[in-house]
Amino acid sequence: MKYELQPAMPPPSNLIGVVGWLRKNLFNGPFNSVATIVVGFFLISFMVPVIQWIFIDSDWVGDSRDACNSGGACWVFIISRLDQFLYGFYPEAELWRLQLAFILLIGSIVWLVMPQTPKKGLVAVWLLVIYPVVAFFLLYGNSFGLIQVETHLWGGLSLTLVLAVVGIVASLPLGIVLALGRQSEMPIVRSVCVIFIEIWRGVPLITVLFMASVMLPLFFPEGMSFDKLLRALIGITLFQSAYMAEVIRGGLQAIPKGQYEAADALGLGYWQKMILIIMPQALKLMIPGIVNTFIALFKDTSLVLIIGLFDLLAIGQAANQDPKWIGYSTESYLFVALMFWVFCFSMSRYSQQLERKLHTGHGNRA
Amino acid sequence: MKKTLISAATLMVAMTGTAMAGTLETVKERGAVQCGVTSGVPGFSVPDDKGNWKGLDVDLCRAVAAAVLGDASKVKFVPLNAKERFTALVSGEVDVLSRVTTWTQTRDTQLGINFAGVNYYDGQGFLVKNELGLKSVKELDGATVCVQSGTTTELNMADYFRAEGISYTPVVFDTNDQAAQAFDSGRCDSFTTDLSQAAGLRTRMQDPSAVGALPEVISKEPLGPVVRQGDDTWFNIVKWSHNAMLNAEELGITSANVDKMKAESTNPNVKRLVGLDGPKGKGMDLADDWAYQIVKQVGNYGEAYERNVGKGSPLGLDRGLNALWNQGGLQYAPPMR
Amino acid sequence: MSSDISNSSHKPDGGPVQPKSPPTDKTKFWNDPKKRSLLFQVLLLSALGFVFYTIIDNTLTNLEQRGITTGFDFLTSEAGFGIAMSLIDYTEASSYGMTFLVGLLNTILIAVMGIFAATILGFILGVARLSDNWLISKFATFYIEIFRNIPLLLQIFFWYFAVLRTLPHPRQSIEFLGSFINNRGFIFPAPVAEDGFGLVVFGFIAAVLGSWIISRWSAKRQERTGQQFPVFLASIGLIVGVPLILFLLSGMPMGLEHPELKGFNFRGGITVIPELIALWLALSIYTAAFIAETVRAGILAVSHGQTEAASALGISKGKTLRLIVIPQAMRVVIPPLTSQYLNLTKNSSLATAIGYPDLVNVFAGTTLNQTGQAIEVIAMTMAVYLTLSLLTSFFMNWYNARIQLTER
Repeated sequence: MKYELQPAMPPPSNLIGVVGWLRKNLFNGPFNSVATIVVGFFLISFMVPVIQWIFIDSDWVGDSRDACNSGGACWVFIISRLDQFLYGFYPEAELWRLQLAFILLIGSIVWLVMPQTPKKGLVAVWLLVIYPVVAFFLLYGNSFGLIQVETHLWGGLSLTLVLAVVGIVASLPLGIVLALGRQSEMPIVRSVCVIFIEIWRGVPLITVLFMASVMLPLFFPEGMSFDKLLRALIGITLFQSAYMAEVIRGGLQAIPKGQYEAADALGLGYWQKMILIIMPQALKLMIPGIVNTFIALFKDTSLVLIIGLFDLLAIGQAANQDPKWIGYSTESYLFVALMFWVFCFSMSRYSQQLERKLHTGHGNRA
Repeated sequence: MKKTLISAATLMVAMTGTAMAGTLETVKERGAVQCGVTSGVPGFSVPDDKGNWKGLDVDLCRAVAAAVLGDASKVKFVPLNAKERFTALVSGEVDVLSRVTTWTQTRDTQLGINFAGVNYYDGQGFLVKNELGLKSVKELDGATVCVQSGTTTELNMADYFRAEGISYTPVVFDTNDQAAQAFDSGRCDSFTTDLSQAAGLRTRMQDPSAVGALPEVISKEPLGPVVRQGDDTWFNIVKWSHNAMLNAEELGITSANVDKMKAESTNPNVKRLVGLDGPKGKGMDLADDWAYQIVKQVGNYGEAYERNVGKGSPLGLDRGLNALWNQGGLQYAPPMR
Repeated sequence: MSSDISNSSHKPDGGPVQPKSPPTDKTKFWNDPKKRSLLFQVLLLSALGFVFYTIIDNTLTNLEQRGITTGFDFLTSEAGFGIAMSLIDYTEASSYGMTFLVGLLNTILIAVMGIFAATILGFILGVARLSDNWLISKFATFYIEIFRNIPLLLQIFFWYFAVLRTLPHPRQSIEFLGSFINNRGFIFPAPVAEDGFGLVVFGFIAAVLGSWIISRWSAKRQERTGQQFPVFLASIGLIVGVPLILFLLSGMPMGLEHPELKGFNFRGGITVIPELIALWLALSIYTAAFIAETVRAGILAVSHGQTEAASALGISKGKTLRLIVIPQAMRVVIPPLTSQYLNLTKNSSLATAIGYPDLVNVFAGTTLNQTGQAIEVIAMTMAVYLTLSLLTSFFMNWYNARIQLTER
C-alpha cells in the first residue's frame, strides 16, 4: 500500500485549451449553445460586409469622387475635408494658433491624468484659470499682434472642444456656489439654489439654446449685443452648472458627518471648514462625476448646430450637402461618430478607473 | 475662470458695438459694416471655397460699405438662419439684414424693423421631378411638399392649397438647404420656395436637369434689405445705396466706365451721381463721392444681377420683373437730385 | 448673485456653533449668526430682485421700442400652416393654441414609444451583459460602449439621412402583409371598428377586472393555505381569450382599411412618417444603452447570498429571479430608470433637427417664427418640460419612500 499522493492527472482534454474555453464560455448548456449560434450567425453576416465596406473595398487616395470606384467606403471624401472637420473655417495662415492651443490643452490634461507627474495642483490651476485666458487670446486674437478671427469662422472639432471646455470650466465655480447654497441652512438661499438647479435640470438643452439665441438679446439694454457663440456659451454654462451642482452635492454628502463636526469643534468658520477640510476631500470624490458630466456635455455640444454654429457634426452635415460629394453621408457620419466616440470612450474609461481607485479611500459612504 | 468669462464677454460684446443711437457712427468707428446673410443660398449669399462671400444680397452690403467707408471689402458677414434673423438685427448684432427677406406688413410694422427697398422681386413656385410629367400645381393633390419653416413660403403654400381645395402633407425643415436635399432624395414630391432660391438650390442637386419648376407663381415675394426701426440716417443710407446702383444702371454707368464718365460726362444726372454736383452725401453724413465708390467697387445693379443670378451665373435667370422700369421691369429708383 | 456669496466673508450657517460668551446686548449684530444670516438673505433677495427687475425692465423697454406685441392673444388666432402629423384634428384654420396641443401630443407619443422600446431593449441588454455566455456578454458590452458614447443627435441624423433616405420611392415600396415601406414612411392597414365591436371592448375590460380579482383571491388563499394558483397564466388566458372569443362569436366586427397607392402617395391606412421612425430608433437605441447599465448595476447590487439562500430553500431558478432578485434589484434600478425616462423625454426635443413635429419643432419653431412672440412661446415650452420633470421627481420621491427598507 502506498500512502503518497498521486501526481494530479491533467484535466480532461475537453475542459482545457480552446475546446475547454469554448465549452465553458459559449456552449455550456442547450440554451447558451443556441444563443451563441444565433448571435454568432447574426454577427458574422452583419460584420463581414461592414468590415469589407469600411476597410477592404474602400478608397483612401485621390482628390475627387472619381477616385471612389471600388464600391466600398469613400474615405477620400473625409481626407479631402479633414482640415474643415478639425478647424472649421479658421483661416489657414492662422491655424498654428489653434494647434498650439490644442497641444497646450492636451499636454496639461495628460499631465493631470498621468499618475506619476508632480505639481498636479499647479497644473490644475493653470488649466482652469490661466489656460482659458491664454486660449481665448490665441483663438480670438485682436491683441498681442494677432489678427482677429471672428467666432463665426470657428468650427469643427476645435469649436466642439471650445464649447465643452468653456462649458465645464465656467460651470465649475457656479456649480460649487449652487451646491453649497443648496446645503445652506438659510431658507432663502437654499430655495433660490434649489429653484435654479431644478429649473435648468428640468428643461431640454435645446430650449435653453433657443432661449439664448432668441431671447437673451431682449434681456439686455438696447445696444448691448452678444456674439452668437458667447450666447450659446452662456446658455450651456447655466445649464451645465445645475448638473455640476448636483455632482458636487453628491461629493459633499459623501464626506462623513464627523468631518463637518470635527471642523466645527475646532472652531473653524464656514469658509475655512469648506476650503480646508471638506472641499479637498470631496473634490477627489467628485472627479469621476465631473468627468461623466463632461462626457454628457461633450456629446450635447452637437446641439449647437440647431442654432447655426458649425461644430463637428454641423461641419459633417455641411460636407454632406456639397454637390461634388453627394451620396457619401454615411462616411461622414461614421467619421464624426468615431471622433466623438474616441473622446467619450477614453474619458469614460478614465473615470471608471478613477472610481475604482477612489473606492478604496472612502469606504464609509453610508 | 470667471475672469476669463468676463474678459471674453467684454471683448465680444464690445466687438458687436454699442450705441444704437447712431448706426452710422458705430460702423465708422468699427471700420466695418456687419451684414446678416443666409448660411448659403447660391446667387444671393454664399461663401466660396476660400470663404469669400458672393451674391446679390452680399453686393448690396458691399455697396453700403463702399458708400460709408469708401471700401467695399470692409464688410463682416454674419450667417443667420430664418429663425434668428430679426432678433439679430434688432439687437444690433448686424447693421443691415440682407438675407432674401420678404417684405410684409407684419414684419414691417410689428417687429421693429424697416424695409429699405426691394433688390429682388420674386415669387413662390414649386419644383418637381420632370419624370412625373406634371403640368400644374393643381395636379399636386395628395403630394408631400418640402418647405422651410418659419417663412412666408410655408404660409403661402397653406393658403394656396386651402383656397384650391388641394390636400397635401408639409414636411418642414429648418433651412432651405435641408428642404431641397430632402426633395432631392425623394422624401417629398415637390419643393416650394422663392423661385430665385429654387434656381440656386437646383444647381446643387444630383441631377439639376431632372428637376423643373411648375408654371404657377403663387405669391409676391419682394425681397430686400432690412434695417432697425428708429435710425433714419442709416435707413436712408441703405435705401440710397440700393437706389444708386439702380440709377447707375439706368444712366449706363458701370464699374468699367465710371472713371471715364466722371471725367468726361456732361450729363447733369451722371454728374450728380458721381458726386460732382447735386445733393452729394449731404444729409446722410457720407463722402461726396459715395455713389461713385459704389459703382466703382461693386458695380451697378445690372452688373451685380448678371454676375450673381443672371446669365453670367450658374442660375441663369432672366431679368424678368427685375429689369429696370424703362425695360419692362419693376426696378425703379427715385431720381438723385 | 453668485459673486455675492463668494465675496462675502459671512458665516452663513449659524447652526450648532454656540457663541462663546452668553449673548448680551453688547454683541455686535454682525457677530450674531441669526441676524447675520437674516441680513445676508435680505441682501441676496434684493440683489435677485434687482437682477429680475433689470431684466424685465429691459425686456419691456426693448419690446415696446421695437413695437413687438406681447401677451397670449396669439394663441387664439389662426395658425395658417400645415403640420405633417397630428394625433388630433388639425387644419390650417386651427389656432396657434392648437399647434401647441398637437406638438405636445406628438412629444408624448414619441416619449411613450421610446420609453417602451428602450426599456425592453435595455433590460435584455443589461441581463445579456451579465450572461455567462462569452459571445453574448461581449456583444452587449460592445453595443453599450458604442451607442452611449456617440451623440444622440448624430444617431438621429444617421438613421434619418443615411438609412431611411435610401428606402425606395412609394411606387417601388417594399410590401409585406398589406403594409408598405418606402421613403415616405411605414404604411399599414388601419383597423376600423364595425357594429358590435363595443362588445369586444367590453369583454376586454371585464377580463382585466376579472384577472385583478383572481390575483387578489389567490394572494389571500396563499396566505391562508399556502397553496398557489397560476395567476399569470390565468390572467393572460382571460385577457386574451375573452375578447378573442367574443370577437369571433360576434362575426369579427372589424374591417381593415388598406392603404392604396393613389397619385403621389398612399391613401388610407396609417402612415408612420420616417421622421418618427428615425427619432424612435435613435432614442430607443441610445437610451437602452444607459438603461442596460442601470439594470446591470441593479442586479449586481443584489447580494449573492440572496440567490444562494433561495436555492438552499429549494426555490426554482425562475422563481428566484422573479421573487427574490428582481424585487430587490428594482429598488436600485427604479430611481435611475426614472431619470433615464425623463432624459428620453427631454431628448425627444431633438426632433426639431429632422422635422418631426414635436412641441419644440411645431410650437417653439414654426409658431414662434410666425408670431415672433419668443418670450411667451419659449416660456410655455419650458413650462411643459418642467412640469413633466417635476411630476417625475414627485413620483420618484414617493416611490423611494415606499420601497425604502425599514431596517435600522
